[in-house]
Amino acid sequence: MEPAAAKFIGAGLACFALVGAGLAIGNIFSSFLGGALRNPSAAPGQFPNLLLGFALAEATGLFGLIVALIILFVF
Amino acid sequence: MAADKNAGGAEGAAGGKVFDPMHQFEIERIIPINIFGYDASFTNSSLWMVIAAVSITLFLVLAMRDRALVPGRFQSMAEMAYEFVAKMVRDNSGREAMPYFPFIFTLFMFVLFLNMFGMIPGAFTVTSHIIVTFALAAVVIIGVTVIGFARNGIGFLKLFVPSGIPMPLVPLLFVIELFTYLTRPVSLSVRLFANMMAGHTMLKVFASFVVGLGFLGGWAPLAFMVAFTGLELLIAFLQAFVFAVLTCIYLNDALHMHH
Repeated sequence: MEPAAAKFIGAGLACFALVGAGLAIGNIFSSFLGGALRNPSAAPGQFPNLLLGFALAEATGLFGLIVALIILFVF
Repeated sequence: MAADKNAGGAEGAAGGKVFDPMHQFEIERIIPINIFGYDASFTNSSLWMVIAAVSITLFLVLAMRDRALVPGRFQSMAEMAYEFVAKMVRDNSGREAMPYFPFIFTLFMFVLFLNMFGMIPGAFTVTSHIIVTFALAAVVIIGVTVIGFARNGIGFLKLFVPSGIPMPLVPLLFVIELFTYLTRPVSLSVRLFANMMAGHTMLKVFASFVVGLGFLGGWAPLAFMVAFTGLELLIAFLQAFVFAVLTCIYLNDALHMHH
């Protein structure tokens, strides 16, 4: 295989980090909605934690993007 | 496969015309300054940092000038920002952390303004450069470590040994915990940098679809762009918030040492 082709394949594989990030974000929001519908009065107090969890989970997927960019542009 | 022109970004994506979504991140020298062989030029990055610092100062000073008992619009905004960060520091690191409130408030406002200014079309997003976010994260982590050692002495090392573990496991866990601690500045800086860079690249890529698909087909990506710009504004705020919250959490570790 040509090195350039292997590079593109590797960069594409690195984007699989988004699988985990997608699952995580879905999980966070579904858990929050589930909890909020059971006890709506407690939901607003947990909203900052929801956003924090969302941002943390999303960043994990973006680390995969960084790996892809390093593969593409550094090597 | 175009093997010979691989690393040049998305060249020629928009029908022959050179289109590069990474062009927006280029740093240009505005006033070239050379100090002893080091390139210390005043760049567009520095310019937007100065603009952010000046706007924050002007916003807070002018908004609080009247000191009205019943706040006006701008005073409300300034007080809201202050209360928001003060509550965040109190909730996450306790009242003992309030001496460090000015630093966290400055950090939050600086990152927030840089992120928000980056959303102006044609503006430069300073936080989309890893060196800027890494410098901010390094200041936070070094500062927190110094505070931890100053308050707890050598006992700060207990942070790396979780309580209630068998003696033989201590060296192994110490190494693992130390490594976790050392990756904090990396994850803190990469989180902010990756979010801003990925968001702005995606905006540019979709903007090229609007142009590429023309008058008939371009409306669908245009609608997506509008929605995505809203999401990006949310992310710009959220990442500043996350950066400040994580600073508070790290500070809490140094101040209270419960593991």
